[in-house]
Parts: sequence; C-alpha cells; structure tokens
Amino acid sequence: MAAAVTATVVAAPAVPAAERRRGRVREGLRGYGLIVAMWIRSTMTYRTSFALSVFGNATITFLDFLAIYIMFSHVDVLGGFTLPEIALLYGSCSASLGLADLLMGNTDRIGVRIRDGSLDTMLVRPVPVLAQVAADRFALRRLGRVGQGLGVLGWALWTLDVDWTAGKVLLVPVMIVAGAAIFAAVMVAGAAFQFLAGDAAEVQNSFTYGGCTMLQYPPTIFAKDLLRGVTFVVPLAFVNWLPALYVLGRPDPLGLPGWVAYLSPLVAFAVFLPASLAWRAGVRSYRSTGS
Amino acid sequence: MRLYLAVAAGGFRRYATYGTATAAGVFTNTVFGFIVAYTYIALWEERPGLGGYDQAQALTFVWVSQSLLAAGALIGGGFQEEIQERVRTGDIAVDLYRPADLQMWWLAADMGRAAFQLLGRGLVPLVAGALAFPLALPVDPLRWLLFLVSVTLGLVVSFAVRYLLGLLAFWLMDGSGINMMATVVSIFFSGMLLPLTVFPGGFGEFVRALPWAAMLQVPMDVLLGKHAGAGGAARALGFQAGWALVLLGAGRLLQSAATRKVVVQGG
Repeated sequence: MAAAVTATVVAAPAVPAAERRRGRVREGLRGYGLIVAMWIRSTMTYRTSFALSVFGNATITFLDFLAIYIMFSHVDVLGGFTLPEIALLYGSCSASLGLADLLMGNTDRIGVRIRDGSLDTMLVRPVPVLAQVAADRFALRRLGRVGQGLGVLGWALWTLDVDWTAGKVLLVPVMIVAGAAIFAAVMVAGAAFQFLAGDAAEVQNSFTYGGCTMLQYPPTIFAKDLLRGVTFVVPLAFVNWLPALYVLGRPDPLGLPGWVAYLSPLVAFAVFLPASLAWRAGVRSYRSTGS
Repeated sequence: MRLYLAVAAGGFRRYATYGTATAAGVFTNTVFGFIVAYTYIALWEERPGLGGYDQAQALTFVWVSQSLLAAGALIGGGFQEEIQERVRTGDIAVDLYRPADLQMWWLAADMGRAAFQLLGRGLVPLVAGALAFPLALPVDPLRWLLFLVSVTLGLVVSFAVRYLLGLLAFWLMDGSGINMMATVVSIFFSGMLLPLTVFPGGFGEFVRALPWAAMLQVPMDVLLGKHAGAGGAARALGFQAGWALVLLGAGRLLQSAATRKVVVQGG
C-alpha cells in the first residue's frame, strides 16, 4: 500500500512543469469564465438597475471629461496641450483603466474578504484564488467606461492632425491593451498588499484611479520628481503618456528617446512578474481570521 | 436627545475601529490632492483669477475639498447601502420597531461617522497640502467657526439626499445603479471636479442653486471669505439651511410612504 502511494507521488512530477503550468492557466481561465457568467446572469435579474449602472458608468467619464471641457472654455492650452491632445490622453487611459477594471477590478475586495473570513471558502475551491478574486462580483456595467474612453479617443484621433506612420497606427491599440495590462498588474499588487495591511483598498485606488486622473493631463504640468516616479518606480507613464507623446510628435519632458514609446507591452510584462510573486507570497502568508 | 447622542457616538467609534482603512483613505486623499493641485496650478497660471479665486485660493479649494470628501460621503461610502441592505433582508422591520425616529436615528449615526471622517481623514491631507503648496487659509477664528457651521449644514444636506436614496430601496430591489448615479452627480455638482464658480453662464448659476452646492462649494466659499459681512454669511448659511429643511421634509414624506409599504413576515 505504502509503495503504491509513493509511486503516485513520484509519478506526478513526470508531467513536464511547463505543461502543468499551462494546465493551471487553462483551469484558471475556465473557472474565471464560469464565475463571470454566473455574475452576468445575476446582474441581469435586475435589468433596470443594470441599465442605470451602465449609463451611470459611462456618465462618470463623461462628466469627468465635461470638467476638462469647461476648463477649456476659459483657456486655449493647458500645459501647452490643446483640448484634442488632452482628449487623446484622456480617452486612452480611460479605456485602459476601464478594461482593467472590468477584468480585474474587484481584486480590491479582497481586504473585505480577509476581514470577514469569506476568503477561506475560496481557498478550498478547485479554482485558482486569483481567478476567483478577479471574477468576484464581475460588473459588466464597467463596459460603460470602456465605451466612453474609446469614444473620446475616437473623437481625438478624428480631430487631431497626426502625421501617421505604420508604427503610430499600430501603437494606438497596443497602448490601450498594454495600458490595461499595467493597470491590472497594479491591481494584483494592490490586492497582495492587502494580505499585509488588511483593508487598504484605497491605496490601490490611488494608483489606479488616481494614476488615471494624472495621465489624463499632459506630463508637462507635473513636477519632474513625480514624472520620474511614475516612469521608473510605478511605470504608469507607459500606460499612455509615452506612447501618446510619440503619436503626437512631442518630446518626453524627461528626455527619454522616442523608441521607449514601444516598450509598453514589455513594461506590462515586467510589472506582472513582481505583482504575481507578491500575490503568491500573500496567499501563502494568509492566516484565516477563524470563526 | 441623549439617545441620539449615544447613537452618534456609536457611529464615531464604529468608523474609528477601521484604522488601516482610514490610513489608506488619508493616503488616497493626499495623492489626489497633489494631482489636482498641479492641474489647478496649470489652469490658474493660464487664467489668473479664474472663478474669482487667485492661485492660492484655488489650491486651498483643492486641499480643503479633499479633507471634506469622506465626511460628506461625496464619493459614496455612507449609510445608504446599509439601509438598502436592511430593506432587502427585512432587518428594517427591527429599525421601525425601535422607540426612536428612523430618520433621526440614521442622521445621528451619520453625523458620528462624519465627525470621525472629518478628524481622521481630513486633517492630514490638509496639513500635507499646506506644507507643499502656498494656501490661503484664514487666520480669523470667527471665519473658521462659520466654516464649521457651514460644514455641519452641508453634512446635513448630504445626509438628507442620501436618506432619500436609501429609502428608494423600498421600491427598487437593488440600489447599486441609483447609488452610482448619485455618486456621479454629487462629484460633479458639488464642485469636487471643478469649483462651481468656474462653470460658465446660466449653467453655472443653475448648478450653484442645486443642493449639492451646499455640500462643498458653499463651505469652501465661507472659508475663503467670499461671503463677506453678516449679510453674506446669513445668505450662505440660509441657502444651506433651506435645502436641509426641504430635503429632510421630503425624507419624512417618503419615509411614511415607505413604512406603509412594509410587510413583515413572521416566522
């Protein structure tokens, strides 16, 4: 009997590590999809409320942009940038944040789950915890923000007189997707931080929502130290500032060369590594609150 | 009266237990304060005197509004979700059974919460802002006193609006859509995104007459000395008190309509 058990234990690693990892990713995505489908069904039970939330979500970004529009009823340029140029910044970061928020946004609820002990149930389910946490209370209404962001971005691209090249055309969708990935990585890191700090969802919000508020405005109006911080420490500048400055043909205030505009996908990957390591360390360090 | 003071003290203590959440909130308010301050500097450099403020006054607007944000529950986080949840689960029947007035009970609890948020989340961002930027904070103690009265009236108006939203749960089973709309409206119309004095023309006059102006714009202008003299102060505080009375009255009407709707299931 003992021999048989040993045999199984030894046999398990015979599956190549890479394949097992791929298996786990597939499993995670499947679990994520199932939970998302469940939340969508549940949301659709209250259709009036759902319609209002999609509308409300789109209106949030609209009123945000209206405030910028009102600013421009008093001035022609802000930090040397015109309204369509700022609309490009605004639309791209809003769409990126909207996508990240739609797919991963509820990771900030983990603090509440740690406090009330409901994370325990997630740990015993046969789906990776990150997939469950990300899909938790999945809110389809967040498409409202994505739509608004893309709308403003479309208006900006239509109005602006950009000297288009193949590289610049390619850079626009890359900027949106890589930007979403960078925000998503920040969200995972923020969730991991909550294992350490308890209910600190707002710290995460200052990097995501706060970051996006900053990225709506041209980098020229901020202090150099702040720019260095969001370029080299928490690389939010790669969400839209650096690619958008390149599209607009404007120099980066920090004097970085033009080709860094294309680095966003690499940067997204680079921030996901420490974020996922922090997440794993967080889950391992988790001690249940008990009953 | 003693009962409501106890309820208010309970509200204060309840929020005081969330130490990490408060620290995280202070961090967020400070980060946003810096970001908005830089955009205002760019705007006021381009247009000095915009909205009747000089640059120091505009920066004061940024930092004091960050300090009032949590107390006034302008971005949500108040009690209306709780009422909605209690209506959904039926626990509201217990509240109605208490020998206390429902509206006064929640008002007292929310004032306790607001008092904590004002101290816990208000002071640090304001100090950070004052250290990093030149602010136009008044030295006259009377002005600060008027400001506190104005803030209190603003908190009551904010409560009255959210109480109406909370009661809507008696008719709408799920309040999340309504809450989101309410947040959007309160951020924009309170002056949180941009001082209401910057809003142009007739639209500007319209937004300055709405109740949300009483939550942030009016206290800010009282602090900045825009309502000079006894007459000016009386007009500003009267505007707030007027909205408070109207909205609390509407809350009472809605409350009596709602309680007639309650069906208590035994068991």
